[in-house]
Amino acid sequence: MLELKNISYSVEDNGVKKDILKDISLTVDERFVVITGPNGSGKSTLAKIIAGIIKPTRGRIILDGEDITDLSVTDKAKAGISFAFQQPVRFKGITVKDLISLAAGKKISFTEACDYLSEVGLCARDYINREVNGSLSGGEMKRIEIAMILARSTKLSLFDEPEAGIDLWSFNSLTRVFENMHQSVKGNIMIISHQERILDIADKIVLLKDGRIRQIGTKEEIMPQILGATGYCPQIKE
Amino acid sequence: MTLDKIQLDLLEKVADLHGVPSGAYNIRSNGTKAGRNTTANIDIVTKEDVDGIDIIIKPGTKNESVHIPVVLAESGLQETVYNDFHIGENSDVVIVAGCGIHNGGDAASRHSGVHRFFVGKNARVKYIEKHYGEGDGRGERIMNPTTVVELAENSYMEMETAQIKGIDSTNRKTVAKIADGATLIIGEKIMTHGSQVAVTEFEVELNGKDSSTHVVSRSVAKEDSQQKFISRVYGNNACNGHTECDAIVMDNAKVSAIPEIKANHTDASLIHEAVIGKIAGEQLIKLMTLGLTEKEAEEQIISGFLK
Ligand SMILES: Nc1ncnc2c1ncn2[C@@H]1O[C@H](COP(=O)(O)OP(=O)(O)O)[C@@H](O)[C@H]1O
Ligand SMILES: [Mg+2]
Repeated sequence: MLELKNISYSVEDNGVKKDILKDISLTVDERFVVITGPNGSGKSTLAKIIAGIIKPTRGRIILDGEDITDLSVTDKAKAGISFAFQQPVRFKGITVKDLISLAAGKKISFTEACDYLSEVGLCARDYINREVNGSLSGGEMKRIEIAMILARSTKLSLFDEPEAGIDLWSFNSLTRVFENMHQSVKGNIMIISHQERILDIADKIVLLKDGRIRQIGTKEEIMPQILGATGYCPQIKE
Repeated sequence: MTLDKIQLDLLEKVADLHGVPSGAYNIRSNGTKAGRNTTANIDIVTKEDVDGIDIIIKPGTKNESVHIPVVLAESGLQETVYNDFHIGENSDVVIVAGCGIHNGGDAASRHSGVHRFFVGKNARVKYIEKHYGEGDGRGERIMNPTTVVELAENSYMEMETAQIKGIDSTNRKTVAKIADGATLIIGEKIMTHGSQVAVTEFEVELNGKDSSTHVVSRSVAKEDSQQKFISRVYGNNACNGHTECDAIVMDNAKVSAIPEIKANHTDASLIHEAVIGKIAGEQLIKLMTLGLTEKEAEEQIISGFLK
């Protein structure tokens, strides 16, 4: 279980203080918690704070009762947090197999790699020795990013807009990945998404706006708010 | 042939050899011939006028290899060796050269190798060269390889060079002339640390119609080391030339890339790319989110980059 207590984050932008996150308190103890909200509302910033990539200006982060606010990125990862980036990172010379092995924390066999890759719709034979460099498309990168999280199987997994760029692969497959992942890992899964199909599987939806939690609830409760929130166009859903 | 433990270790480092290789070979150790084998298609002859050998590969020789490793284990040894490769038309061979220096003393050890390749029409050559230095003496380990390549019509040569460890100073020069339809691919990997200095210079003349070259240098400069990458590609005909220098700088190291691409023909298409910078922060962070420490992440990124 993850608890965020009064998380705030501010930066100095050209000498002007800018509040990016304002007093976020939230518990993640369900199977799927989906964070949604307009672009620029602070969703990725919140994920980076949980993963330790940026430090909150104020507030505490508690994982299974333990205060992990001041842990480094490495130690947060070791404590059981995984984070699939909105923009996956490319590496020269590092292969898909290398990355999945590093994620798993051990050398993995072809069969194991195949399990993770086929789950995200990639054929291990074609991908295992590919370099994770500019030769992979955005959609391929996103799937490999998800496969790494599967290989880590930690108690908390964060996904930042996992659906972006995944065009050919159906959203049904993506939601099934999350469901299978929950079955095998039994952890909590937090997904940042705008996708209605992903909102459908949420046990809890958190609507962020202007760095603040606007509402927490079920899809039925949140949908009218989402449609009313500025920055959302009901015509551009998929 | 008798080689001691140090020499055998060096052999393994520079030629991936565990003992004596199969096929044609010439092993040079501490300035003298330590072993040689020739085959029906590949002859190796000692030069009369200068120190070195001629490697003569008969036309049509396929799937054969030649190993010509050099090891220097005696501190203070300085040598210049001239090796000429005559590669017959239509042949397809792998040549593995390499030089390992173990300097346990205080005098500088220096190996300068001048390798010339005369590649016949339609021949294919893969040339692999590794440089490696070790030893705890204060004597410098110096290596200055020169490679001269002449590619005849429709021939193809791929050259892979690596200098990953232990060479204090290197001045590497590669000069090539490429005829019609021929292609030269060069992949170079260099890692320097301490106060090492590496200069690497390429000069490729694309003389033939539809000739091409792709030169890629990947390097990592750590600590107080310095690297300089100079590339000149001259397009004298309808041709394609591409050079790339991709370097990671760390600590107080310095890297410079000095390209010259020159089109002497309207159908010459030449590209130069150079990227020099520190390891991307987001790469470190991604690996740290997988549980690696910053140091471990750095090692993974560098070893992948130089793989
Ligand atoms: N270091 C920073 N300096 C200035 N502004 C920032 C910084 N980091 C994020 N922001 C701003 O904070 C807001 C929230 O960004 P982000 O968390 O990426 O939003 P989302 O993921 O919801 O689209 C955006 O307006 C962004 O421009
Ligand atoms: Mg975002």
